[in-house]
Amino acid sequence: MDREIAQPLVLGVQDLSKSYGQLRAVSGVSFRIRRGEILGLLGPNGAGKTTIINTILGVLAPTSGSIRIGDFDVERQRAQALARTNFAAVYATLPGNLTVRQNLRFFGLIYAVRGLDARIESLLLQFELQHFAGTKCGLLSSGEQTRVALAKALLNDPQLLLLDEPTASLDPSAAQVIRRHIRELASQRDCGILWTSHNMYEVEEVCDRVLFLSRGRVLLEGDPKRLPREHAARNLEELFIRFAREPLAPEQASPAGEARA
Amino acid sequence: MRLPAVAGIVLRQAYLIRGSPVRVLPMFAWVAIDIVLWGFITRYLNSVSASGINFVSTILGAVLLWDLFTRIMQGITTAFLEDVWSRNFLNLFATPLSIAEYVSGLVVTSLATSMVGLVAMLVLAVPVFGLSFFAIGAPLIPFLLVLFCFGLALGIFASALVLRLGPASEWLVWPLPALLSPFACVFYPLAVLPPAMRAVAVVIPPSYVFEGMRAVVAGRAFSASGLLVGALLSVAYVLLAGYCFGRVHRYAVRTGLLARYSAETVS
Repeated sequence: MDREIAQPLVLGVQDLSKSYGQLRAVSGVSFRIRRGEILGLLGPNGAGKTTIINTILGVLAPTSGSIRIGDFDVERQRAQALARTNFAAVYATLPGNLTVRQNLRFFGLIYAVRGLDARIESLLLQFELQHFAGTKCGLLSSGEQTRVALAKALLNDPQLLLLDEPTASLDPSAAQVIRRHIRELASQRDCGILWTSHNMYEVEEVCDRVLFLSRGRVLLEGDPKRLPREHAARNLEELFIRFAREPLAPEQASPAGEARA
Repeated sequence: MRLPAVAGIVLRQAYLIRGSPVRVLPMFAWVAIDIVLWGFITRYLNSVSASGINFVSTILGAVLLWDLFTRIMQGITTAFLEDVWSRNFLNLFATPLSIAEYVSGLVVTSLATSMVGLVAMLVLAVPVFGLSFFAIGAPLIPFLLVLFCFGLALGIFASALVLRLGPASEWLVWPLPALLSPFACVFYPLAVLPPAMRAVAVVIPPSYVFEGMRAVVAGRAFSASGLLVGALLSVAYVLLAGYCFGRVHRYAVRTGLLARYSAETVS
């Protein structure tokens, strides 16, 4: 609650809907992320998480609703909005025929990063990629590629960072290091983060708040540490499984309804 | 237009070319084969023909200009296809990069790679086969510009086609210059075409270039108004191709095609 009062919004999603013909992939979703906050977007496969991320990134036009990144509307002020945003996703690997350094330079120019050389060196160091700087990304292990994707995601020092299962291909040790980096990023650089993951222990550890999605709707919203108790579940994973198998009707999801109001 | 973003697109292609001999070789090899083949054919024709036509200037010069046009078109599509092949659309279009910046980067890349090809062609055609390419004089500049613009237009249009129809449609775009060549009157005058083909030829800018080039080589005055029509058509085609690419991109964003393109889900 303190953060909500103190910190400005970095992302405002209002009544977002996306349909593909008769199929409603996302239906009336609203949420906000403030500076320094990590919001977990949870839900079973096909719940609409990636659709929401793609609409925020401007690569998918919503059927209705609006998205604001900072002061900028993604549809009308796309360049300004996306200059303050970045993302990493397991399904969006960087070009495998460029080296790590070449990829970072290429995307650094696209984002018009100032002091690019120094920024690249600092990120190589931060993600322990110095030894791979001259290696083509396609030759790296999936864990190393994830670290490169995260380095690219931080190139422009984003206000909003979208991470779609960022630790999915990492071993537990590497995943822990990445989680620490991300938490530091949120707390020290006031970056708002939208995080999707199927690892509920990770979500509980990292996220300040979570949204449960099912069939394109927000079912539940709240603190990942308190939600299981509030819904008579032993832990977040049990709650997730229950919602994934028997989704609540939207009107039952009072915490989310209150938050949206 | 943000110049660093354009530079980023060009630099990416430069990295790819620099690190890959299989990308460098085609920039020289195919044009060199064309020039050698047509160089000997035209030299032979000069030795057996009593028509007084200089086949080297007429036909080899035409081959050189047509190859340049093809290189420009392919320079754009190849640079675009690099993003298709490496499944890079999501990474690329989730940045502040605008369509104008992206296409400008492809154009600069194509200009650079086609100029390399042009130099290779000139190095072979001028000293080895005695092509007096620069004897065309000042008209050479507008001839090259018209071909350059039309090559850009075709390259941008071909890229839009691949974006709309999916990666598998790549095979559709490579033969586009060959499909146009009968109407472009590269080796013969417009007058030899039947009326139906002539109607198509007059809306294709290269036909004006090759008509003009033949007139200059034969020592006649070329039609400045014809060249002007060719130039205006070229500019119109560039604008039309840019419009098509923009429309296809908007369609891809609306339908989710852009986000899912890496999965090759285009039916």
